[in-house]
Amino acid sequence: MGKKSFMKGNEAIAEAAVRGGCRFFAGYPITPQNEIPEYLSWRLPEVGGSFVQGESEIASVNMVYGASAMGIRCLTSSSGPGISLKAEGISYLAGAQLPAVIINVSRGGPGLGSIQPAQSDYLQATKALGHGGFHTLVFAPNTVQEAVDTVYEAWEYAERDRNPVFILLDGCLGNIMEEVELPEMKEIKPEDAPEWSLSRRNGRDYQNGITSIYTEPLLEGLNAMAGEMYKQWEEDDVKVEEFMVDDAEYVVVAYGIASRVSKEAVMKLREKGIKIGLIRPITLYPFPKASIRNLDYSKVKGIIDIEMTIPAQMRDDIELQVMGRCPVYEYGRSGGCLLDDDGVYEAIEEIITGGAD
Amino acid sequence: MAEYVRGTSLATAPSGYCPGCMHSLATKLVAEVLDELGQAENSLNVISVGCSALNLLYWGQDYVSVAHGRAPAAATGAKRANPERLVFTYQGDGDLAAIGLAEIMSAANRGENFTVIFANNQTYGMTGGQMAPTTLIGQKTTTTVYGRDPATTGYPFKMCELIASLEAPAFVARYALNSPKGVNDARKAIKKAFEMQLAGKGFTFVELLTNCPTNWKMSPLQTIDYMNTNTIPYFKPGVYKDKEAEA
Ligand SMILES: Cc1ncc(C[n+]2csc(CCOP(=O)(O)OP(=O)(O)O)c2C)c(N)n1
Repeated sequence: MGKKSFMKGNEAIAEAAVRGGCRFFAGYPITPQNEIPEYLSWRLPEVGGSFVQGESEIASVNMVYGASAMGIRCLTSSSGPGISLKAEGISYLAGAQLPAVIINVSRGGPGLGSIQPAQSDYLQATKALGHGGFHTLVFAPNTVQEAVDTVYEAWEYAERDRNPVFILLDGCLGNIMEEVELPEMKEIKPEDAPEWSLSRRNGRDYQNGITSIYTEPLLEGLNAMAGEMYKQWEEDDVKVEEFMVDDAEYVVVAYGIASRVSKEAVMKLREKGIKIGLIRPITLYPFPKASIRNLDYSKVKGIIDIEMTIPAQMRDDIELQVMGRCPVYEYGRSGGCLLDDDGVYEAIEEIITGGAD
Repeated sequence: MAEYVRGTSLATAPSGYCPGCMHSLATKLVAEVLDELGQAENSLNVISVGCSALNLLYWGQDYVSVAHGRAPAAATGAKRANPERLVFTYQGDGDLAAIGLAEIMSAANRGENFTVIFANNQTYGMTGGQMAPTTLIGQKTTTTVYGRDPATTGYPFKMCELIASLEAPAFVARYALNSPKGVNDARKAIKKAFEMQLAGKGFTFVELLTNCPTNWKMSPLQTIDYMNTNTIPYFKPGVYKDKEAEA
């Protein structure tokens, strides 16, 4: 097995992208994700890839669009304001059925907000990454290792589906340093370029076109196909961690960095004899509906949504599965103020003892 | 006797451009040059948003259709991903000189090794004839009903002049498609631009002054006269930059 190294999140995922076969990156500087483009600016040329510092996020995502059309693995990354600017381009990627990976190392919002970490882009990521009613798989890892593994495998999903893949991190995961084991370099040859792509390195001798504009019946058909694909994701691709939920009377739902802080609190409360567990969505889309829907509501007295944003954004998705069978509470910090162990522990304790709603 | 044939870069679908529209002439010129260079199959048409998006139907070789104004960005990605391909964008003036101004200037400034064919008809054709960044002073459009007034809308962008002022671009030229001479000069300029790209010389830019009979509310013949008396005096044809000639 590979050796372990101690790496900053942003740099580790940049290296994971290279090892996952990424050979093109375009992006525009924005905190707290700058180490991704900085790392790739020297690393991609080393492996025969190309790095462009785009003139904007709009240009960058469209550079990725052009490169992806040529059948190579592409990445762009940004944070809140920049993801908003990429929205049109992400919609075009989905419309043109182009694989690509997009990373949001999120920060406080709305507006220019704060450069400090926050989980304020859940709704954008899961409901409307752009116009036109499309979805992408949305992964939300909670350790640097899991982020590395997610990025490394992301193009497999993107190419399987011919659809962009979205990875939602936050400034904590991007900037934290942790021990990681980096995966092997994937070898992807020019002749492996997909047959739908505009590459002719694969020996294709007929015309190909890439577009997101279609005649009306064709577009309706493609919309329906996308709908089927999203349903299939619900069957095949849901990822979730369930921790101590079997006998739980209270269940915390938290993803990403919030799930790590929440897990600490859950373990501490268990020590005190409180029957509490944690559900951690790893895919935010598709949402792990069954984990929440199938809880034993004869035992569960309350669900607690903990997010590093105010108001909580995942709550509607949770409530749709709870269906009124128990109260749903929320706790969060926001604006770049971080969740901490004591705050989360105390908030949960207060909710359980009936002090909050 | 010269043979008159449809370029193999063009599909066999009949043109749906308005009668007298020079987009079809410009497209045909590009196709002819690609054939002449034996580059039809190796070419990649980055199709922009505007009337030129109709080329989705008429283009017989590889294409990628991209968002409004972003063709130079998409071409940057495509060319870097596949440098052996002959990559060109084909953009209207709204696409290139308004919404896509950052993309065109930045791609030119990076000296990206692809070619831009810029069809300047001084209006937003596809959306029904609104003012474009290149609309002439006094020209009537659906959003300048009394004629373009520089006091509130400024002056028409001269893109060749702007791009030629940058260090990186290798070839910048403008010709008008309203005369046989203009068409011949344009064909030569397109050929030179493609050849320079194939030789790895960097960013090449060919502006084609075109018309829009429908939205200018003129007959095709009237547009030819209008271009002689109005368009060409403001947008002067010629070579604005040629690194090969300088060398
Ligand atoms: C983001 C966005 N804004 C607006 C439009 C609508 N739109 C389509 S074509 C066009 C204008 C095209 O004008 P031009 O580039 O001059 O080309 P022409 O049609 O005249 O050839 C506009 C504004 C769009 N498709 N996308």
